[in-house]
Amino acid sequence: MRPKTTPRLVLAVVCAAVTALSACGSGDAAGGKVKLSLGLFGNFGYTDLIKEYQAAHPGIEITERTAAYSDHHKNLAAHLATGGGAADIEAIDTGYVAQFKATPDKFVDLNTVGGDKVKDRWLSWKWSASLAKGGQQIGYGTDVGGLAICYRRDLFEKAQLPADRDAVSALWPTWQAFFETGKRFQAKAPNGVKFMDGGPTVLNAIFGQAPVGYYDQNDQLVVDSNPALRTGWNQVVDAVKANLSAGLLYSTPTWNTGFTQGQFATVTCPAWMMTKIKDQAPDTAGKWDVATVPGGGGNWGGSYLTVPKSGKHTKEAAELAAWLTAPEQQAKVFTSKGLLPSTPSLYDDPKITGYTNPFFNNAPVGKVFTDAAKKLNPQYQGPKAGDVQTEFGNAMQRVEQGKQDGAAAWQQLVGDVAKLK
Amino acid sequence: MALTLADRRHKWDVKLSPFGFISPYFLIFGVFGLFPLLYTAFVSLQKRNLLDAEGAQFIGFGNYEQLLFHDPYFWNAMGNTVSLWLLTTIPQILFALGIAHLLNRRLRGRTLFRMGMILPNITSVAAVTIIFAQLFGRDFGLVNWVLSWFGAGQVDWQAGTASSHTAIAAMVVWRWTGYHALIFLASMQAIPSAMYEAATLDGARGWQQFWRITVPLLRPQIIFSTVIATTGNMRLLAEPLLFNPGTAAATGGSDRQFQTAALYLYEQGFTKYDFGYSSAIALILAVATMLVAGVSYLVTRRIQTD
Repeated sequence: MRPKTTPRLVLAVVCAAVTALSACGSGDAAGGKVKLSLGLFGNFGYTDLIKEYQAAHPGIEITERTAAYSDHHKNLAAHLATGGGAADIEAIDTGYVAQFKATPDKFVDLNTVGGDKVKDRWLSWKWSASLAKGGQQIGYGTDVGGLAICYRRDLFEKAQLPADRDAVSALWPTWQAFFETGKRFQAKAPNGVKFMDGGPTVLNAIFGQAPVGYYDQNDQLVVDSNPALRTGWNQVVDAVKANLSAGLLYSTPTWNTGFTQGQFATVTCPAWMMTKIKDQAPDTAGKWDVATVPGGGGNWGGSYLTVPKSGKHTKEAAELAAWLTAPEQQAKVFTSKGLLPSTPSLYDDPKITGYTNPFFNNAPVGKVFTDAAKKLNPQYQGPKAGDVQTEFGNAMQRVEQGKQDGAAAWQQLVGDVAKLK
Repeated sequence: MALTLADRRHKWDVKLSPFGFISPYFLIFGVFGLFPLLYTAFVSLQKRNLLDAEGAQFIGFGNYEQLLFHDPYFWNAMGNTVSLWLLTTIPQILFALGIAHLLNRRLRGRTLFRMGMILPNITSVAAVTIIFAQLFGRDFGLVNWVLSWFGAGQVDWQAGTASSHTAIAAMVVWRWTGYHALIFLASMQAIPSAMYEAATLDGARGWQQFWRITVPLLRPQIIFSTVIATTGNMRLLAEPLLFNPGTAAATGGSDRQFQTAALYLYEQGFTKYDFGYSSAIALILAVATMLVAGVSYLVTRRIQTD
């Protein structure tokens, strides 16, 4: 009898297993709700908006997952490569968007789901930065960086510099004047306090103002031949030599500690940086203020929301992405988190221009950042802009750590960048 | 006499069933071990973007040639890997032997100490690394604070080659010493106490007994631990990756001073998207791991068992 029972038992087990698996596979439909996930990095300020959207769309359930900046983009690349694991909506930063738009077939072409009808919402350069060569739109713009200088009023006072924001802005019409001010600050600075956080952040700000960045319009690297980069590099190297820098690399734990310990008096401040400071060092409320950036406008950072094709509910995801990046929502994110809208219709909206931030001593950040955004020269971002920026950060670190002088670090940088093909 | 059907079935059963019983291992190994290995070998012969499988081009051994003969950063990473292997494996085994020896004695709260040994090993490697990175902070790190009592200057742990290797080795040693100590302790307890009694009668002191009796008798476990530690350290990724996080994490410091081979693989594959190149690194690393494990096996085998 035994041989006969065995196959039946096996059959039963197999059936049970198959049933269990198939039940898992279709579990989504059973709940009746469409589940959408958002893959983010840093702080996008979407938590309240998501509650609002869910309340208006009872059939949709949204989850957020947030990772660190570079981890997020690496995970996204891995998920797209394997065709699984990506969220329904994935955020991509300016530094990486060119790299991802090179493979537009991994993303839903938002132009096919109504994107082309709303394109006028965005700054035209913001729209075209995520537009693939074949005309597919892979992402809706969220914020732009804009630029300002965040500074510590209390430390400026201690160094016998003016602390009032208009007077501070007047100290540095140019970067040269900014570094001269730095020398004056350093001469009387409290013990252990440096004028600026580190070379790499200042470099990013200076480079963000140049008409041409790391690439020309044909995606050719011009790091070696672009005089704006070399001039900016030399200026920052001189500032490091003059001992103005705390030598911290942004997004590292030591840099974060620097905010709480007051190791530096200024930091170049795209709008998203304000959220970072506030999240990182809440105890410094009221000590910070915001002045204009030397040289006018400029941009550093800003993101896009993309809809990977691998998602189950790409239609709903594209609708949500469009809603999250619509002008009304960008206005809310600006007043709650300070992220500067990428929709120019808001730049003259009194709700935005009149906005002041209590954490930054009630600085009129609405006006400061919209003015900076209006003066901004759109800069073309090439395919590996994010990686070039990393190499610049490394090169400047080698100078700050005393391992190389400016010329040697530059030479190694040029070699490293040439390998990024 | 002809075999009946039942007899024949019994014969097949005896012959084939063992293969059936061990087949799950081979199936799983085939799916999760062999297939990825062969696929990696296949990809390593291609010029291939991680995101663009359709655009892959076959280039033969081009990736290997580039790596072995024209890529100083690869050799830098291999050098760092070997340096970290030496800095972690040797202290791990020596500390583990010492700790196991101490725990093998009669002392108060022995079980508590023994259980404590495994605690570092079961904590999350990411958490351990982040905490250690704070301890080794340049300006406000605990290690520099303690060093300042002795008048030592501020060490920028991440910046230097030797200092960053020391810090990373400290994390690995802290995490794995207890694990090896428990393995050694288990086999120490199997050594008959009569051997020590006889040695005591012969006039051998504690230290002599340790080197002449304990260590030689632990030879198989020491070989095992060394090989395990070696293969683990050749793949060292999380500690150097998280030691200095931020946008430059994958390069292992401003001048790649603590970029291990596994981290270089990660950089090529997941920041440069060069899937073919990183696959070639993976295979070379696998071969190098076998070589280094073989060397450490031969070295530890030389422990005297007289």
